[in-house]
This record gives sequence, structure tokens and C-alpha cells, in this order.
Amino acid sequence: MNGYGGNILRVDLSTGKITRQPTPADMAKNYLGGRGFGAYFLFTEVPAKADPLGLENKLIISSGPLSGLMVPGAGKCDFTTKSPLTGGYASASLGGHFTAEMKYAGIDSLILEGISPKPVYLFIDDEQVELRDASAMWGKGAITLEKELKEQFGEEFQIAVIGPGGENGVAFAHINHDFGRQAGRGGVGTVMGAKKVKAIVLRGTKQIPVADVQLYRESSMALFKACKEADMLKEWQRYGTTIVTSWCDEVGALPTRNFSAGSFEDGKTLYGPVMREQIVITDKGCFGCPSPCGKYSKVGRYKSHVEGPEYETIGMLGSNLGISDIQDVAQANLLCDELGIDTISTGSVIGWAMECYEKGILTKEDTGGLELKFGNVPATFTLIEKIARREGLGKLLSQGVKKAAQQVGKGSEKFAIHVKGMEQSAYATHYATAMLLAYMTCDVGAHHNRAWAITYDLQVGRERVAEDKVARVIWLQNFRPMFDVLGACRLQWVELGIDRNLYVPVLEAITGVHRTWEDLEKIGERIWNLNRLYWKREIEDFDRSWDLPSPRFYQEPPKTGVTAGKITNYEDVQTLLDMYYEQRGWSHEGLPTNDTLARLDLAALAN
Amino acid sequence: MRLYIDNAKCTGCRACLVACSLNLFQESNPKKAALLLIPHFPAPGVYEMKVCTQCGDCARVCPTEAIKLNERGAYYVDHDECDLCEACVPECPEEVMFVRAELANHAWKCDLCGDCVLVCGTDALWIAE
Repeated sequence: MNGYGGNILRVDLSTGKITRQPTPADMAKNYLGGRGFGAYFLFTEVPAKADPLGLENKLIISSGPLSGLMVPGAGKCDFTTKSPLTGGYASASLGGHFTAEMKYAGIDSLILEGISPKPVYLFIDDEQVELRDASAMWGKGAITLEKELKEQFGEEFQIAVIGPGGENGVAFAHINHDFGRQAGRGGVGTVMGAKKVKAIVLRGTKQIPVADVQLYRESSMALFKACKEADMLKEWQRYGTTIVTSWCDEVGALPTRNFSAGSFEDGKTLYGPVMREQIVITDKGCFGCPSPCGKYSKVGRYKSHVEGPEYETIGMLGSNLGISDIQDVAQANLLCDELGIDTISTGSVIGWAMECYEKGILTKEDTGGLELKFGNVPATFTLIEKIARREGLGKLLSQGVKKAAQQVGKGSEKFAIHVKGMEQSAYATHYATAMLLAYMTCDVGAHHNRAWAITYDLQVGRERVAEDKVARVIWLQNFRPMFDVLGACRLQWVELGIDRNLYVPVLEAITGVHRTWEDLEKIGERIWNLNRLYWKREIEDFDRSWDLPSPRFYQEPPKTGVTAGKITNYEDVQTLLDMYYEQRGWSHEGLPTNDTLARLDLAALAN
Repeated sequence: MRLYIDNAKCTGCRACLVACSLNLFQESNPKKAALLLIPHFPAPGVYEMKVCTQCGDCARVCPTEAIKLNERGAYYVDHDECDLCEACVPECPEEVMFVRAELANHAWKCDLCGDCVLVCGTDALWIAE
């Protein structure tokens, strides 16, 4: 099948049985690849109400039809599973070079099933697929182990590993690859750890079939040319995602002290130019990327090397914790990477714990003697370690902020910043209604990358509650995730502003099938609705209350910064949801109607 | 004319390797490229790229005279005359003369097509005298 590796590789960890099946043509037609394959397999193969850490859950790792080919940023790999953090749908995106290697090994989806009786790593070298003993690797840090495996097998192998956090069952453990890129969110590393898989070591040497090689080359070259001629290229290359740190601070979107404000009085020392000057030594690109976000740093104070920090980490482990020194943030980032836990969720649970401590809800007895005030860097480092080891206060926090707040109570639920149990990423949304709605309705919980709508808020009026804003969020949610379905990065469109229609001939030349963006957005809408059905199937009482944001964003206007005194009121939050459900073709409780399911060819699956 | 690389600008993205394999083999496979990427991570955290200088050492030792000059003044491998003897490989001072029988039935090297330069987003690669 043109554009595809051609195989679904299944590894039953319980029995050691390894099977390949041809990638189903129907699935490729309706779900295309990547996140689409993940959503389809999760819905159709993982039984309802499965334990996320049990035998029945699966970890589904998928490439897309563009992955591994000569397309800008064609290295986006999707990791889908039932989330141990939220109990619902989890899909995390990994950059780097892993998914290209999957394609060269002829694999479209790699599905890990069952639970291994002992720690193993999965070794794949084209047709050779083996489960090997990983007893000696268990307990090792993710970066440390990746280095060892590279030395053992060579540079041609691409490697994905979990750290101690994934082994120990931290609900937001990630999967590390290429010394600092992660499938970060929703606990995909937790599931890999529960399955006792420490690492995947992968090499492929095969050809990916392409429908029209000449047209593929010409149309792809046009994409690269557009990227290279983009006005924003040089600045993005220099700063990557840290471009937005100063912008967020200036517009009141920079999470500050557990999202109690959106501007940080000491924020300037976290800005991109400061970081570039102080610590960045190398620009580090994912597969085929002309505009690398990856900034590789040498942190003088700690004599360490780390990829990043990127913006989300700067927000969550920096300003959100009241930490203003970029070297401290970089070191916290490295600790999370090595220990295998998501920097966004980690920053959120620590921010919540700091607020609890400052309000007297948690005491030194609870913190193991830590003076857990905002800005305390050594306490932050200690707590990161304790979370990964699930020790002391770290054990409480390792469950995620929703469960931690439910257990501690005393009003702390009101400042547990999450939606559906996923900690909100680094955009404060007191005064940005489209971005607030994007977080409320995101298919994995409060994550930004499906609909980064905050720029639209600033364009059309931040406080407005209007149909056009809702329409914008829905369009972004249908369209942007299609890049994760195709297996390529969205940021060439988002940040370089290249014409998305340039992808149309590329995709046609590769797959042999003509698809417009309208066609692709319909696939995106199908996947979005399928994931909504999944939430309802897994969570008995799933209704519109699950789409509500943290009360902080409708009850507590910031006291400082440019958004001081600004807030979206509760009635407007509900109005946003009403408009959203109406435009989506969903019921009052936020479920797709029969007409919507029929329009998206989902009726059969839904029943 | 030859290819040049500024390692400080290389981001390790491998776009050049894919473009190279597409031109040499009409397939997308970084393992069949005529440039060599050596990442040094986690420390010191830099990329090293090796490229052909068109020095011609490979051509001088080729027993079947399979390595010839093309219209761009670059040495290329005449597939029909290469017998995979590997005499060229150790002669290459930059380690960018490739023989891998499991991947191709002839040796390969940079023929200065320039496609790597076209896809390099950071202008780390260029062609000059």
C-alpha cells in the first residue's frame, strides 16, 4: 500500500507471541494513520472498562503515511492507550526519528498487548523481532539507558525508553527518545512500564512504496522551499517554542504560581533570548525538520546537558513554581527526563502542592520537612525525585493533581488545574475564552496542541463569547490533529505559516489518493467523535461536567499582571459549551447525536 | 566543485539523507545516503556530518574503474561496472564511500546532485569550489 510500511506488528507480552498482519486498507481509508489508527485500535480492541494498567489495555504506537518520507518534520509518532491518569483516551505525540524507523522496518502500528512476566526490551531489526531480558536495565534513567543502548547497537538504531517513573507507576510517566524528546502526556510511559517493557530498540532498512516518485520529489521540494523562504524561519530556528515565553508573559497567559496569575514579575529571566545566550549550544531537529524547536543546552551551574527546556516546561517548572532562573528550570527538566515523568503534569502537581503548603493545607509533616514554598528550587528537585520514586508526598502527587486534590480536600480541588484529570499545559486561561474552550473540550484533557486558539482570542477580543470563536476551536480540533494522523509536524503550518495546500499534492503523490483538506478535516472530525464515544464508554457518569475547567478560571481573577481582575464568568463557560455542542452536532450532555454519527460513518462502530 | 558542511549549523534532522537516497536510489531511506551523520549525545551535544570532498581517492583505487567523473565534475559510481569489492571504502578519508551488499548491489557515493542543499533548513550544506 503506497505510503505505508504495510504491517501491523503485534507483540503479546504475556505469551511472547509476535504476529504481523497487513495494514487493513479500509482502516487506512477511513483513519489514514498515526493518531487515527491509534483511536481505531483503542476503540475496537481494548475492552470497555479495561484496567489501564491491566492485561487488557494496549499501547498502540503508530506512524502515518508521511512518516519517514521527504516531507518537512515527517517524524511524528502517535502513542495511544487507555490513560492511567484520566481513565479515558490518551494520545501522546513523539518527535525525533523513531517513527521514520518504524516505517523503514515496514511497521505502521506496533501494538503492545498483555503484560510480560519479567522486564523485557523489544528488539526489532527489520524482520527480526525479539523480546529480550531487561532485568539489568530496570531502574535505570531514561537518558542514561538510551546512551548505553546506542553504544551497544549503534547509531542506526532508534530507541524509546521509560525511566523509573514509568516502572513505578507514576500516572504521568512518559516515553523518552533521542535524548530529550518525549511521548509526554497521559501516562503512556506508565502503561509501557506496567507491561514491563523498558525499551524498544528499532532499525529498519526497507523501502517505503510511493505512488509517483517524480511528483513526490517535486511536490515535497516545493514544501521545503516554502519553509526555507518563510519570514519566520530564522527566528524560529533561533528560539523554537521559547519564542512564546515573553509573549505569554506580556499577554497574561504565562502560568504563574499554580495559575493564580498569567504574568510573572520575574519572568524576563526565563525569556527565549536569555536562555539562548546562557545555555543553548545546539539546535536539534526532529526527522526532516527545517525549523527545529529542539534547543540543546549545556547548563553551566549543574554541569549537565539537556534538550530544552521548551516553552511548556519553562511555564510549568519555571513561572508556575515561582522559579525565575532558566538554569534551574533546565535542571528540573533534565531530572524529569531522566526519571521518565512528564514535565507539564509534574509542574502542575508541584505547583498545586506549593499552594497547599502556603495555605496551610499541607504542612512540613506532609512534605517530609520540605519548605515547599513557591520559588524553592532544591525542594522542587527533591520533590521531582520523590514523585518518580513514589515516596512520601511524591506518592500522593504521582497520581495526578485531580486524585491528589480529591484525597487532600480542604478546598484544594478548586485550585487543582486540570480538565478530565489531565493537568492543564502552560497557558493561563482566565481571560481567553477560545483557549479556555479548547482546553475544556480537548480529547485527552487539558492539553494545548489540538487547538492553540489563544492567538485568535487576541485577534477578535479576549472576553468575547461568540459562535465564531467556537467555530474556530472546532476547526482547529478537526484540522490540526490531522498532522498527527499523517505523521508529520504541524509547526511548519502554525509557525512558518506555509500554505497547507502544498501538502495536498505530496500526500497524493505518496499514497496515490487525492484528498483535499476538506476530506482530511472530515477524517479529523470522525476521529474526534470516536474519541468522545470512547470517553462515554469508559466513564459511566461522563457528561458535560467533565468539560468544565478548573474553577480558578471562572472564580478567581488574577490579582497581578496584565490580566488582573479579568475572568470568564461561569454562565459564559456554560454558554461556550452549549455553542460547542450545538456546532459539533452533540447533545446537551456532550455526546454525538445519531445524525452526527451517521454523517461521519461512525454509526456501526457506535453500536 | 564539492559539498561543504558547517557542523555548527547541522540539527541532525536527516532531511539531507532522505533527499540524497531519493536522488541516488529513487527511494526514501537515510541508510542509503552518501552523507554520514554522527550525533554526539547526550554530551557534548553536537552533530558531526561527513561529506564527500570529491578528492577522487576512491576512483584511483577502483580496480574496475567504476568510479567516474560526471558532467558536474563529481565522481559517481557506474553501477554496471561496480563489483562490490570494497577497495574504495577504506580509501575514503571522510568515510562517505559506501558498500553495503544487503542494501544495494553497487557501491554509492555523493555525485553532487545538490538535493541535500535544497532541503537543508539551516543552510548547513552548500556547494562551492
